[in-house]
Amino acid sequence: MSAPHGKNLSITAFLIISLIKSVAVVFILLTAVAYSVWLERKVSARIQNRWGPTRVGPFGLLQPMADGVKFIFKEDLTQPHVYKPLYIAAPIIAVVFAISSIAVIPFGTWVKIGPFAGMGPWTVDMQITDLNIGLLVVLAITSMGVYGVALAGWSSNNKYALLGGLRASAQMISYEVSLGLSLVGVVIMSGSLSLRAIVDSQGGVFWGFIPRWNIFHGQTIAFFVYMISAYAETNRTPFDLPEAESELVAGYHTEYSAMKFAMFFMAEYANMVTASCVATLLFLGGWHGPIFGPPILQALLPVFWFCLKVFFFMFLYVWVRWTLPRFRYDQLMAFGWKFLLPLAMANIVVTALIVALRAS
Amino acid sequence: MLHLILFSIFGAVCVAGAVNLLVQSHPINSALSLIVVMASLAVEYLLLGAEFVAAVQVIVYAGAIMVLFLITIMLLNAGAEERTKGSRVATLLGVPGVVIGGVLVAWTLLHRSDLPMVSIGALKGDPSSIARLLFHDFLLPFEVTSVLILIAIMGAVVLVSRPEVIARGSRKDEQ
Repeated sequence: MSAPHGKNLSITAFLIISLIKSVAVVFILLTAVAYSVWLERKVSARIQNRWGPTRVGPFGLLQPMADGVKFIFKEDLTQPHVYKPLYIAAPIIAVVFAISSIAVIPFGTWVKIGPFAGMGPWTVDMQITDLNIGLLVVLAITSMGVYGVALAGWSSNNKYALLGGLRASAQMISYEVSLGLSLVGVVIMSGSLSLRAIVDSQGGVFWGFIPRWNIFHGQTIAFFVYMISAYAETNRTPFDLPEAESELVAGYHTEYSAMKFAMFFMAEYANMVTASCVATLLFLGGWHGPIFGPPILQALLPVFWFCLKVFFFMFLYVWVRWTLPRFRYDQLMAFGWKFLLPLAMANIVVTALIVALRAS
Repeated sequence: MLHLILFSIFGAVCVAGAVNLLVQSHPINSALSLIVVMASLAVEYLLLGAEFVAAVQVIVYAGAIMVLFLITIMLLNAGAEERTKGSRVATLLGVPGVVIGGVLVAWTLLHRSDLPMVSIGALKGDPSSIARLLFHDFLLPFEVTSVLILIAIMGAVVLVSRPEVIARGSRKDEQ
């Protein structure tokens, strides 16, 4: 169900629409990041039988704003022993790569806009840009995100930070392998690397009620491999060894304060949002869900289903973090290389065999 | 037109990164310049129409291999390298030699009329055509290369495994 886009757009309309879409999507992403911090604090509090933030606004809903103001007005310490150019660049690298992969994520079908003032109507994709290699772009941008953490650890010139940075880069490279391989099965089944085409291939139902999402369609193992690898890739518990507070103080961001620390925080949550989006698109059928009602509702429901699934994954992230203890480092490496990697490879072989047998 | 402007900009960034790689005295800065070179090369591939190669360039080279470089530099804690003045022969012969070589290559490429011109973005580099080339037309070389890489990996494992550990392990097997 691809939109007949690109034909009726003049270059000016294209630029304006792209600009509006980019600003809107980045704004929504940053708001989502701020409120997932709130979600984390609230859910963790409930899990530990506390209240969490309640003072600022109803249910503490304005807490992210208060936090933001606090981060801006805190003193920004720069230790004399840091290597300054990279110390400043590291949080910027982390946050830029965390945010930019949202550019290829589709979050709905398409809408018709206009006509305004004699121009249009335009069909606009619910996505900043649709690429043939969308999935590879997400993987590429994720793989560049390692530099923020590694450089922060090294440039701080502090042994805890260095250990955290080294752990983070080793862990992220290791789990990137099983993460990438777990997605190959989905790519084989849909025959495309475009995220929109992958979602389109998951429409319809089995036996009238089970949706044809990839998680129910032979990729269950791949889904679990992806989820575990994504937790390690975003440095979340039970894989948060790079910032294990009981042994490394705070790991790679030990020497950071104020807004620079907040940027690492934002990068972590933005990475979680991206990982949740990819899980939704590849395994849970993206924006597919029951569509009904008047035209305006039919246009917005796909976006709602997409956001609901992403929210589910974000909640799962928080839930897991406050339920499971941390791995030991050798267990982490052994688990990644000796269990997840062979499992992902076996999944590829089986999927490829079945697809080839069906085709012949 | 936009393609050409972007292509020139990223070409300039690529060359600047390469020069910076040589000028910097600290290994970390040199490694980061190499990442800039690789990333801008990826953009050049993308602008030429080779999408798949561009993505792989970033994932494999900029995202994985260079991280290993960085880890190595960090672990060794390599400091700034010492500078010598360099040999005079290299300056006298090398710089003109590079200039002459570059001019020769450019001149040959521009004046060989039998080489077809391809406009920017017209190359077929989408994943499906690459896959057809790799797994259909050049299947045997592809498989042979993969065996070669496997041999290289095994060689690396043998080289880094400490002999005393292997010996102890085999003795344990005998007991």
